[in-house]
Amino acid sequence: MSRLDVRKTYKLYIGGAFPRSESGRSYEVVSASGEFLANASMGSRKDVRDAVVAARGAFGKWSAATAYNRGQVLYRVAEVLEGRRAQFVEEVAAGEGLSARAAGATVDAAIDRVVWYAGWTDKIAQVLGNLNPVAGPFFNVSAPEPTGVVGVLAPQASSLLGLVSVVAPVIATGNTAVVVSSADRPLPAVTFGEVLATSDVPGGVVNIVTARTAEVATWLAAHRDVNAIDLTGVAGAEGVDWAALEAEAAGNLKRVHRPTLRDGVPVEPDWDADPGLGRLRAFVETKTVWHPKGL
Amino acid sequence: MPKFEYAPAPESRAVVTIEEAYGHFVDGAFTAPAETFPTLNPADETVLAQVSQAGSEDVDRAVAAARRAFEGVWGRMSGAERGKYLFRIARILQERAREFAVLETLDNGKPIKETRDVDVPIAAAHFFYHAGWADKLEYAGLSASGADVPRPHGVVGQVIPWNFPLLMLAWKIAPALATGNTVVLKPAETTPLTALLFAEVCQQAGLPAGVVNIVTGDGRTGQALVEHPGVDKIAFTGSTEVGKSIARSIAGTSKKATLELGGKAANIVFDDAPIDQAVEGIVGGIFFNQGQVCCAGSRLLVQENVHDEVVSRLKRRLGTLRVGDPMDKNSDLGAINSKAQLERITSLVEAGVAEGAERWSPECSLPAKGYWFPPTVLTGVSQTHRVATEEIFGPVLSVLTFRTPQEAVAKANNTAYGLSAGVWTEKGSRILWMADHLRAGVVWANTFNRFDPTSPFGGYKESGYGREGGRHGLEAYVTTSASTLTGAAR
Repeated sequence: MSRLDVRKTYKLYIGGAFPRSESGRSYEVVSASGEFLANASMGSRKDVRDAVVAARGAFGKWSAATAYNRGQVLYRVAEVLEGRRAQFVEEVAAGEGLSARAAGATVDAAIDRVVWYAGWTDKIAQVLGNLNPVAGPFFNVSAPEPTGVVGVLAPQASSLLGLVSVVAPVIATGNTAVVVSSADRPLPAVTFGEVLATSDVPGGVVNIVTARTAEVATWLAAHRDVNAIDLTGVAGAEGVDWAALEAEAAGNLKRVHRPTLRDGVPVEPDWDADPGLGRLRAFVETKTVWHPKGL
Repeated sequence: MPKFEYAPAPESRAVVTIEEAYGHFVDGAFTAPAETFPTLNPADETVLAQVSQAGSEDVDRAVAAARRAFEGVWGRMSGAERGKYLFRIARILQERAREFAVLETLDNGKPIKETRDVDVPIAAAHFFYHAGWADKLEYAGLSASGADVPRPHGVVGQVIPWNFPLLMLAWKIAPALATGNTVVLKPAETTPLTALLFAEVCQQAGLPAGVVNIVTGDGRTGQALVEHPGVDKIAFTGSTEVGKSIARSIAGTSKKATLELGGKAANIVFDDAPIDQAVEGIVGGIFFNQGQVCCAGSRLLVQENVHDEVVSRLKRRLGTLRVGDPMDKNSDLGAINSKAQLERITSLVEAGVAEGAERWSPECSLPAKGYWFPPTVLTGVSQTHRVATEEIFGPVLSVLTFRTPQEAVAKANNTAYGLSAGVWTEKGSRILWMADHLRAGVVWANTFNRFDPTSPFGGYKESGYGREGGRHGLEAYVTTSASTLTGAAR
């Protein structure tokens, strides 16, 4: 006799908990070949606002954690990802229409990327900071600090590797994140939330909202308690005008990470390429401290 | 306390020659003056010269000249050669320092001792510092992935304010040129003269035509420059309001921007601070340049138990400040830069009094002509008062109190701005704890208002983005393969 499997309810990940959308809405998620996979929560403006509150609440402790500690936590994320490898391979294969082998390679790359960023947490200040030899009797040092709450429009196509490639650099430097997942391929993002929840990442450091990008992106870009926004996920997002989002972001002078452009049109970046420092540099502020020297 | 009386010690203005009227400096030469408007000496309201209002055609010509110079000469020149031009400029600024100091004081209204000791020497130092970077950019750690050589953007449009006209010019032009960009710069409407004299320096240095272009005018000229499709990168220093409109206007384009905007810095004095030094720091923090400084320490946060002592010593010190003729070498405070700014300061202080603050100024006789405002202390200010939240940009100090370090941090950070902050205490661990928790781009501990070309300057939050000065300041003027950021330098 065959056994009926127990399906997972895919929900949002906000403040360390897994609520449904306050709107009560859900939407059908289908595989690359059009088969029903699940009903995902359809996040709303209110869900985004709740996520920002959670991210702001988590910022103080996460930004003050030692870089060593943040590195340990990120490495723990990689460990737990590895343990759930099979589940991610299945979800990525179904959502992105990849063979099991290709999906496996993508999941492996995602795990390795988290490890790469885990190692950066306690080096980035040494690479981006320095003493300044001012012309006077002063000690003067510049070092990077996290920008604050970062809104992230996660890539539409690469539902796991792309996702971790945009989230890991944001939290590695001590920011907290409100992530809008790929609209059509949200399932790996929700499962990634489960990984974060079991990896010593404090609740609220990463918040994940599955939603129609065009519906919620404006609220995130306009939110006055969000300090920066990553527009990577506008590429391939239905009905999203990234210029309008950047203009909204100007309302409180958010730092804007623009989408990758080809001939002026947003495209999904090559997630297999060396990520470089760009995303780490994008969401830090340089603070310079002066003090006189004397007897 | 008896006040020292000083005999007048006026600097001579004979050292500088001011033309009757100026055109724009485009493609290595001055255009004929057209559509002129006067620039005044704010200390006595006399007309110094007529300058030209650049329209969109003037901006077009300047941008085209900058593009030609970028593609034909400057963008191809070796870094070592570029650097030598910058060294020449630095030397000429030093040689003609007295001229620049006098002209700046006449056009801006700030005391000659400030232009002589701060504005002009630091401007020259910026060119010296950046000259050395020009052939060392691959060592600056700016690449996205290790191997890429940083490349210039092309034509940079720069719009600067009236509070440090020559110094802001140097902050903008020196890094742009060192990294291989060419420049169209618009000085402020009320203080164009030192920028126009700087054009002469470029000529004397033999700088290739079109590498530096200077167009004068009001906000319309600035807008035409910012929105010009031939401009690859914008560098702006000015108000947060204009900064936001620039950020909006470049949204969805490939233009980059750095924005140095407003501030409402807290200067925090703990009860263990050396009070006399702290008082000097408070005075320098808010009355330097008549308080017309974006990073001015305009909110004094003083620990409650030393409030009365600090305020009384501060008032005694203010009684010895000399306010008057900016050309007098003994003047501590000069004139407010313009009538409009004087009106803004006046109305904000009146609003502060209406909201319940107590206003105090030392006895001082202000000149009958010109734009003057006495050094002013507002006590009994609470966090919601306009004088505690809005940038006054004048010689006005708002005094608030706190009891614990946590409260000081909460109050200091309770602003949309995040440019600078000051901390006064003898306890080292507390300084470092405070420095970690203050959300501001520059933290001065037991000092205030220090500037150096090697030290990055710039804000958090609505004080803008990008840094100017130091290794970090170069970042905004170069591109690397993975750079897709609006405010490239952070």
